[in-house]
Order: sequence, then structure tokens, then C-alpha cells
Amino acid sequence: MSQGMDKGAAAEKTLGGFYSHISGNKRKSIFLVFLFTLGVAGFGWLVGEAWMEQGLGFLGIFGVFAIVYSLVAYYAGSKMVLGVSKAKQIHKKEDPELWNVIEELCLAGGLPMPQVYVIDDTAPNAFATGRDPEHGVVAITTGLRQKLTRDELQGVMAHELSHIRFYDIRLQTLIGVLVGLTALLADIFFRGLFWGRRGGRRGGNREGNGILLILAIVAAIVAPIAARILQFSISRKREYLADAGAVQLTRYPQGLADALKKISGDKEVLEVANRATQHLYIVNPIKSFEDRAKKLFSTHPAINERISRLSSM
Amino acid sequence: MDPIFIILIILLGFTLIFVISTYNILVRVRNQVRNAWSQIDVQLKRRYDLIPNLVEMVKDYMEYEQETLQRVIEARNQAIDASGVKEQGAAENMLTGALRQLFALVENYPDLKANQNVLSLQEELTSTENKISFSRQHYNDMVMTFNTRIEQFPANIIAGMFNFGQQDFFEIESTEREVPKVDLR
Repeated sequence: MSQGMDKGAAAEKTLGGFYSHISGNKRKSIFLVFLFTLGVAGFGWLVGEAWMEQGLGFLGIFGVFAIVYSLVAYYAGSKMVLGVSKAKQIHKKEDPELWNVIEELCLAGGLPMPQVYVIDDTAPNAFATGRDPEHGVVAITTGLRQKLTRDELQGVMAHELSHIRFYDIRLQTLIGVLVGLTALLADIFFRGLFWGRRGGRRGGNREGNGILLILAIVAAIVAPIAARILQFSISRKREYLADAGAVQLTRYPQGLADALKKISGDKEVLEVANRATQHLYIVNPIKSFEDRAKKLFSTHPAINERISRLSSM
Repeated sequence: MDPIFIILIILLGFTLIFVISTYNILVRVRNQVRNAWSQIDVQLKRRYDLIPNLVEMVKDYMEYEQETLQRVIEARNQAIDASGVKEQGAAENMLTGALRQLFALVENYPDLKANQNVLSLQEELTSTENKISFSRQHYNDMVMTFNTRIEQFPANIIAGMFNFGQQDFFEIESTEREVPKVDLR
């Protein structure tokens, strides 16, 4: 017991002000939706002015769309992320051990039981999503599930549950869904630009529109990059915090450290992960040797650093 | 009206709001402590319920281990009858030990090890052992939170006024933390 107390205290020290982390996540979530709405509405104005001299109308339409989409992202974001990741919900009878491990940890943290999903993929990884602990979801790939001992599985699940109790999931899910849309919108815009050019629809007023058109193109390029930087900036510290949170629940840092070693040693590629969802996973699903990785900023801290921090607890 | 009078009224209002909100927070945390305590009982009871099933299932296979089975049953009954935290803790320790022994013996019986029902019951018991220790850990965490809160200024004044006393930690011997880890491979 005394050893357990020590581990708990060590984790507690790292967690320090995790209450401020929670309120920070909630605040950032609101700020993100605000920024997203503003950005999309502004983008709408640019596009409208450049093409149809209907800036305000487009601003309104895009703004309303952004608000509606943000609401959908808030309430159904987890479903969207799970859908993209091809995850299937399971219950106790399908995997009693996994279910029990999660139930045990929920008792340790005084948390409600999350929904449990499995992704049929041999690449080892896991993530959490949802909007708050009452609507939490944990997902694990079959590859990771089969690789881990009970202690390691406990470590991984404690890490995911800590993302849930620290409200990382709300911010991360919103980022995933909103960043995904920003990339999509930019894509559509470029296509529209292409078609518009080829059609050569309109003459007149070229000079004034030319500037706005350039602005709109700049916005379409900058928006996804800004979104990516946002995704990146929120990604790294939370992993350390969730690791410490996991130890606070399990009082056994070795379990998670061993699991991380196993995951990092694996060279398999998780196909269902993409640019919009990569920051959700326990380790970055996009491996550095892949082509996909080249365009990216890293969303995760180095695993070695995480393991050494765990070992010092 | 006298401005000093107005200032006094405002100060009084703020003090009242502070007292009420602090009181409510303390009540909430104390209820969390109580709830955490009752969670332990839920898990203990679950273990008492699972044990007869396990014994019933394995007793035909384990004819020569009647003594161990008997000890498990006795330890269970003692734990149920135990009163007081100390006695209860000792009885639970004995039960954990007896169960660990039983699980170790199961390893010698290939038929049992291959039996799906036994395996799933074993998983349930292992999990329940973990749940017991995790719910105790959570109880202690909540007690620590509560005790820290009522000691901190200025909440300690409110705690003193309304008799919020320190809650007791659940102390157990170090051996009990090492719950039986049943490795089936």
C-alpha cells in the first residue's frame, strides 16, 4: 500500500494543476469553435466578394453553416471520428477481460463507464473520444488488444480514461472534426476555382476582384496550415499529463511503459488514421517512414521521453 | 443612506455567498467520500456471491483438494460475519490468500484450465479483487481530497462551524495490495 501511495504521489506531482488543464481544455474548446466560425464566415465573405460581389450574404451563409457544423461536431463528433476509424462497439460478453479492466479503472477514478469500441486492424493503437466523461468512448485496435498483457492493457486504458477525465477528448474531437472540414473546404474551394477559371464565366471588374481572389486563395492555403498548427500546439503536453493520470489510477507505471515499448517497436501502419484524427491516438499512428508523414508537424512527443518519465515515477 | 452601511451590507452579502458555496462544496465532497466507501462494499459483496459458484464448479474435479475448498468457504463466511474495520480487514486478507491458493491449484487440472466456465469465473474473481483494491484506493483518494479541503484556509472556518471532521483512511497490510495475478499461460 505504501508503495502504491508513493506512485500516486509521484503522479500527483506531475499532474500538479490538472484542474487548470481541465478548465483550459473547456476554454480552448469554446475558443476553437469561435475561431472556426469566424474563420469560415470570413472565408465566405472573401469568396463571395471575389466571385459574386455578395460578401455579406456569403458571410451569413458560411457563418450559419459553421455554427450548425460546430454543434454537430460537439454532439456527434465522436460518432464521426469512430465512423472514419471504422470502429465497432463491443460489450462485456465480446471481451470480458477488456471490459473488466476498464470497469476496474473507472472505480479507481470514480468515473462513469465509457463506451468501448474495437478497430479491426493489426497496427497497435488506441484512442479516446467524446465530449465529456458521461459521453466518453475508448477505442482500441485488435492488434494492440492481442499484444498486451493485462497489466499493459490496464496502463493503456488508464491513459485513455485520463484523456476522458481531463476533457482532452472534447478539444481533440472538436479539433479533429473541424480541422477535417477546414481541409475539405479548402479542397472544394480549389476545385471551384479550377472550374470557375475553365468556364471563364464573367468579364468586368477584374481589378477589384483580382485582389480579393488572391486573398481568398491565400485564405484557402493558410486555413489548413493554421488548423494544423493548432492541432499540433495542443497535442504534446496532454500526452505527458495523460500518462501521469494513468499512473494516478493504476499506481503501476511499468504497465504503461511496457505497453508503449511494445507499440513503438511495431512497424505496422494504421490505415484508418488520417491527418484529422492522428492526434487522438495514444502514439502517432502515422509512422515517420510513411509518405503521409512528410507534410506533417509531429502531434506526439517522443515515446522514449514518455517512457523515461514513467520510469522516474 | 449612510455609505458605510451600504458597504457593510455588501460585505455581509459576499460573506454569505462564500459561506453557502463553501458549505455546499464540502457537503458534495463528503458525499463523494461516502459513495466511495459504499463502492467497496458493493465489490466485497460481489466477491462473496461469486465464490460459491466457483467452488460448486470445481469441486467435482478437485476431489483431493477438499481442504482448500473448505478453507475458501470458511474464509468467505468469516469475512461476511466480520464486524469492525480491523476484523474485516483480517478476514478479507485470509480470503484473498485462500483464493490465491485455489487458483494456483487449478493450474494442476488440465480439464479445469480448459473449461470455459471456470476461466470466465476466474476472470470475474480476478477482476473483482482488482475492483476491491481500486475502490479502496479511490476511497483513500477522496478522503485525502476531503481532509485537505477542510484544513485549508478559509474553508477550515466553515468546516469548524458546521462540524466537518476528518475522515479516516482505509489502511491495509502491504500483502493485500498484491492481489492474485492469475496467469493462464
